[in-house]
Amino acid sequence: MSIFLNENSKVIVQGMTGSEGRKHTQRMLASGTAIVGGVNPKKAGTDVDFEGASVPVFGSVSEAMKETGADVSVIFVPPAGARGAVIEAVDAQIGLAVVITEGIPVHDSTYFWAHAQGGATRIIGPNCPGLISPGRSNAGIIPANITQQGRIGLVSKSGTLTYQMMYELRDIGFSTAIGIGGDPVIGTTHIDALQAFQDDPETEAIVMIGEIGGDAEERAADFIKANVTKPVVGYVAGFTAPEGKTMGHAGAIVSGSAGTAQAKKEALEAAGVRVGKTPSETARLMRELVGA
Amino acid sequence: MDLFEYQARDLLASHGVPVLPGGVAETPDQAEAIAREIGSRVVVKAQVKTGGRGKAGGVKLADDADEARARAQDILGLDIKGHITHRVMVAQASDIAEEYYFSYLLDRANRTFLAMASVEGGMEIEQLAVERPEALARVPVDATVGVDTAKAAEIVDAAGFAPEVRDQVIAIAVQLWDTFAKEDATLVEVNPLAKAPDGTVLALDAKVTLDENAAFRHESHAALEDSASADPLEARAKEKDLNYVKLDGEVGIIGNGAGLVMSTLDVVAYAGEEFGGVKPANFLDIGGGASAEVMANGLEIILSDPAVKSVFVNVFGGITACDAVANGIVSALGILGDEATKPLVVRLDGNNVEEGRRILAEANHPLVTVVDTMDGAARRAAELAAR
Repeated sequence: MSIFLNENSKVIVQGMTGSEGRKHTQRMLASGTAIVGGVNPKKAGTDVDFEGASVPVFGSVSEAMKETGADVSVIFVPPAGARGAVIEAVDAQIGLAVVITEGIPVHDSTYFWAHAQGGATRIIGPNCPGLISPGRSNAGIIPANITQQGRIGLVSKSGTLTYQMMYELRDIGFSTAIGIGGDPVIGTTHIDALQAFQDDPETEAIVMIGEIGGDAEERAADFIKANVTKPVVGYVAGFTAPEGKTMGHAGAIVSGSAGTAQAKKEALEAAGVRVGKTPSETARLMRELVGA
Repeated sequence: MDLFEYQARDLLASHGVPVLPGGVAETPDQAEAIAREIGSRVVVKAQVKTGGRGKAGGVKLADDADEARARAQDILGLDIKGHITHRVMVAQASDIAEEYYFSYLLDRANRTFLAMASVEGGMEIEQLAVERPEALARVPVDATVGVDTAKAAEIVDAAGFAPEVRDQVIAIAVQLWDTFAKEDATLVEVNPLAKAPDGTVLALDAKVTLDENAAFRHESHAALEDSASADPLEARAKEKDLNYVKLDGEVGIIGNGAGLVMSTLDVVAYAGEEFGGVKPANFLDIGGGASAEVMANGLEIILSDPAVKSVFVNVFGGITACDAVANGIVSALGILGDEATKPLVVRLDGNNVEEGRRILAEANHPLVTVVDTMDGAARRAAELAAR
């Protein structure tokens, strides 16, 4: 098993014909993902050739779903059109919408999040690397050749820290690694992923990576205490970040005394989570826990 | 992006919010001219992006234009919590009968917008929220619906505004929402929202934060940027589209990905404890595709920082594999030539790492040390900076 994404996932790409979309569709195909179509109303009815595959372009998400049975959409549409793209995916009732796009105005993400409430679509992102269930499917931009299928679940706000942790624990392998994104408003949260990993029989232990800003890690700590029986190790980035400065991710900002790495670490430790001082130490803690 | 008070005031006024007449001055002469035009008692307020201006002597009343000039003279140049005052706002002084509070903000935890209002304004809202939480109405606003007159009335009544100001505050609540939504703000806060003795309700002080991700649809927002008081290195980095934040340490940092760079700063600070408290000198994220040109631009900025004693290049080869990153570093050093004068510690990991390390070993640049682990490299960079 894995969470949110498996070998049966049929993936479409909104924004497949743009340069980022094309590059990463090629990579997803190369890692064995079932890419069944792209969406672009201006190029509907054409095919896009990738090395070894020809992928049809549809006029809308609902048409693509009807024709291919797609249940996942990966969205590369640039910020100005991203809100419309997500709303289209939600209205078509696709099961999973993975929003890779960086730089979406927070009024737009707050809008599409509100619009998606009560609907059928799980949103991951925006401003995220997507998710990978190694050996099965890869929806987004996570490099597929870092690690293999295994028994660790990983949820992280950061892309490169996800890659780093996958690399550190590459011999043990991962059920699913999911980057939930560094924006102030995101769809799937640490808590959603923790719940899914807790319910997934293949996942034996969980790595949770957080960073400064907001209180998602604190709330995740409360959730772990109450609901997660599998071992969890944590890492938090941004202890040295100054107050009031945005550190790369739009959501990574300490405001006054709120959102500090120290508060997040303390909350996680109070919930029984072992928190590493560095990514390598975090990986070592995980090895101790799973005996590898 | 946080606005100065005068910018926030102008933005609110452009959406119909009632404010007092006034203007912004960079010299005592300009302050005098504005006060003369207003023609009554004025208040001269330091324009700095920090709280506690009043206590620091940054807000002064003046009875006439000559006195406004003198007060501006006092306040311009004043250092308020490390912020130098380059401008003052000169506004008509108002007698205040009552002070209220009103704001809209992004509620990250609940992924929605939030209206907050209170008839007990004036004091810091954080203090009010702690001491008298029942006096602060908090009303969620659905992003797909927004605030119309009916919603505004719900907020205003939740805060318990008196009947004689209710209609005025409802109208202002709609205008403030208009500002919040149309300007892509993440915070619009009026404190105080004041009732003058004649019963008129006015916004006397305001804070506005704009979403920089929305800049592409607000051409006018670029002019609101405070390039004058930006750190010169940050300004140069911005020109080159680099994601750079100046910090106060000695180890220059370059990495790829915001999370990894934040982590790198922490790991360097831990390692630095052993070497007399050496710290990171900056945050610099060169992104997923670390091309030679971006690497050269980044190195050039960091090496020109006089506080930097050593540089730590920490890259995880994901989408861009390590061999490409290593080639990037070698060509960046070639481009910089004699400008590169400080030791570089490079840690590469991830895809094609052996090839990346081989390229660096072959180049054998005298300034470059390759260390295999992030923790070990951080220690080496801190050690070099401490020398």
